[in-house]
Amino acid sequence: MLIDFLFELRARKVPVSTHEWMALMEAMALGLHESSLDGFYRLCRTLCVKDIALYDAYDEAFLAYFKDIYPEALKLTEQLLEWLSDPKAFDALTAEQRKALEGLDLEKLRALFEQRLKEQKERHDGGNRWVGTGGTSPFGTGGKNPNAMRVGGGGGRSAMAVADERRFREYRRDVVLDVRQIDVALRGLRKLGREGAIEELDLDETIDKTSKNAGEIEVVFRPPRRNRVKVLLMMDVGGSMDPHAELMSRLFTAASRSGRFAKFRSYYFHNCVYNTVYEDAEFRKPVQVADLLLHSDRDEKLVLVGDALMHPAELLDPGGSMYLYAQNRESGHEWLRRLAAHFRSAAWLNPEPERFWAGTTIEVIASVFGMWPLTLDGLAHAVRYLVRGGERPRIGDPGKWIKSMTG
Amino acid sequence: MSDAPFDQFQGTASYIASDDLKHAVNVAVALARPLLVRGEPGTGKTLLAENLASSLGLPLIRWHVKSTTKARDGLYVYDTVARLHDSRFGGDDVKDIAKYIKLGPLGQALDAPSRVVLLIDEVDKADLEFPNDLLHELDAMKFRIDETGREITAKERPIVVITSNNEKELPDAFLRRCVFHYIQFPNRELMAEIVRVHHPDITDRVLDNALEVFFGLRATPKLRKKPSTSELVDWILALKKAGIDLSRVSGGIPFLGTLLKTEQDVELVGKRAKA
Repeated sequence: MLIDFLFELRARKVPVSTHEWMALMEAMALGLHESSLDGFYRLCRTLCVKDIALYDAYDEAFLAYFKDIYPEALKLTEQLLEWLSDPKAFDALTAEQRKALEGLDLEKLRALFEQRLKEQKERHDGGNRWVGTGGTSPFGTGGKNPNAMRVGGGGGRSAMAVADERRFREYRRDVVLDVRQIDVALRGLRKLGREGAIEELDLDETIDKTSKNAGEIEVVFRPPRRNRVKVLLMMDVGGSMDPHAELMSRLFTAASRSGRFAKFRSYYFHNCVYNTVYEDAEFRKPVQVADLLLHSDRDEKLVLVGDALMHPAELLDPGGSMYLYAQNRESGHEWLRRLAAHFRSAAWLNPEPERFWAGTTIEVIASVFGMWPLTLDGLAHAVRYLVRGGERPRIGDPGKWIKSMTG
Repeated sequence: MSDAPFDQFQGTASYIASDDLKHAVNVAVALARPLLVRGEPGTGKTLLAENLASSLGLPLIRWHVKSTTKARDGLYVYDTVARLHDSRFGGDDVKDIAKYIKLGPLGQALDAPSRVVLLIDEVDKADLEFPNDLLHELDAMKFRIDETGREITAKERPIVVITSNNEKELPDAFLRRCVFHYIQFPNRELMAEIVRVHHPDITDRVLDNALEVFFGLRATPKLRKKPSTSELVDWILALKKAGIDLSRVSGGIPFLGTLLKTEQDVELVGKRAKA
């Protein structure tokens, strides 16, 4: 009967799992809620909510679900009986449900209902405030009444609507990346090699050497395996990238974690890469891209992150940079091609939803770099491409698009 | 376990726990699930396990997790090098592999003859997958030593307390199995009670003044690290030792260094005091 509360929680993005819910049921069977609403509040929170950031949502759900129970269970009972005798309320039911209900005599139903309610009161030892919710369940069978929300005073929101909403949000969660998901995805970006201090026992080599030594033991150590992948990250910041700032910072947090890559460098640019990139997001420490290329190993993996959306001139024309003091003699397109030519593997991650890519500068840039959306799926594909190579996606017809732009 | 009363843990004379915390601990004990405790540094997460053990009269086994800790280390370590060494120089009986197996903290907790409290401290310090690697052992409360074929099953499920500083996000599968409690920073009343436990001879006036300054300091915006309970207790000790009466001190907080741990914070508070 509390199952609606579970959905209330989930609808508010508190990710309670079946596992946790079963634990709650087990705990209640043991009487750990101390047969009180306060006890239940604490018990449910401690078992089902594992993040302080979600406590507020939990409170909201709790208030919404239990607010009508709180005053007096008795009053609610009266309301219910009144509601039962009012045929208008049946209008909300489907023909099928109404038919099922019509099969029941109202008097009988009322008697059954009162009896059930009493039983429940006894089981949760009287005066318990949330017995009222239980009261909604006898109406129908086994508490699965589609009307439960209405009876419980949930306003116009039906259980179906809540369920629908929940599914939608669940779907969204798959798209939005948190640091941990990025972490896991980036794990694929590695090439292991033995380097550094000699501290791990090499069993095979020890046995080999020992046998050759006629049984005289010779212990052989070797350096532990470490990731040898080097990463050069270039990020677009400011302007149209502002809405994606949070996502970018999560990506950066995960990528820059110490010990993840053999070498990790990051630079910033605005809209497009020209002759200069910057070490800081405030654009105070410029680095010449030509110098950068000179000192970069071609095996470094270049990862660019940006929406790749700009005015066509910013990409295609010399002097297209938005900044007057940083006039570029060669077009952004040219600089991007230079980067792509230098690094053996490179990928562009785009936080802009894929459906908006066609017919923009994105098409052109995606013809220079393999481009994937900055989602869990996109990130996984990009990582696979960076490590193993392979096909990269084609987007639109950039040649045609450039022609239409340059006339 | 089933006949033990639910309200087993009530805090101890030297450890004041909020009602919510006591409840969470008791739920974890009753359900035999690990208790995951989070909270600001200095709110007594680690102390909780120590006091839980002493109040229930059970031995405590600690496992301090470091960035290099592997889940397997917690179960057992097979000291191959020592065995090789012995076989070369004819030490002890090298045929007995069991002698070279050393149980880790989790292994010891499962092998213990009676119920113990196991503290897994700062679980988020280790590798990303570390908590996931522990799932099976914490669920089944048993493991196998591959080298000797010995299977160790807990006679009584240990009470597991896990602390985390929120440095890394923990995997969902791990979170699902835990009872969770966030130790909130104590309010003034609870804090007064906590200070009294550590300084029983403190007068109301001194305590009031100290708490006034302390909570005022915590309310300072943009502090890098807010002073915590343990720092307050140390600070009051320093005041007592030096015989300083706070109500008579004007301008500047004495022994600010015990409360604030970064230069920027000291500077910030100094500037605000002048302004």
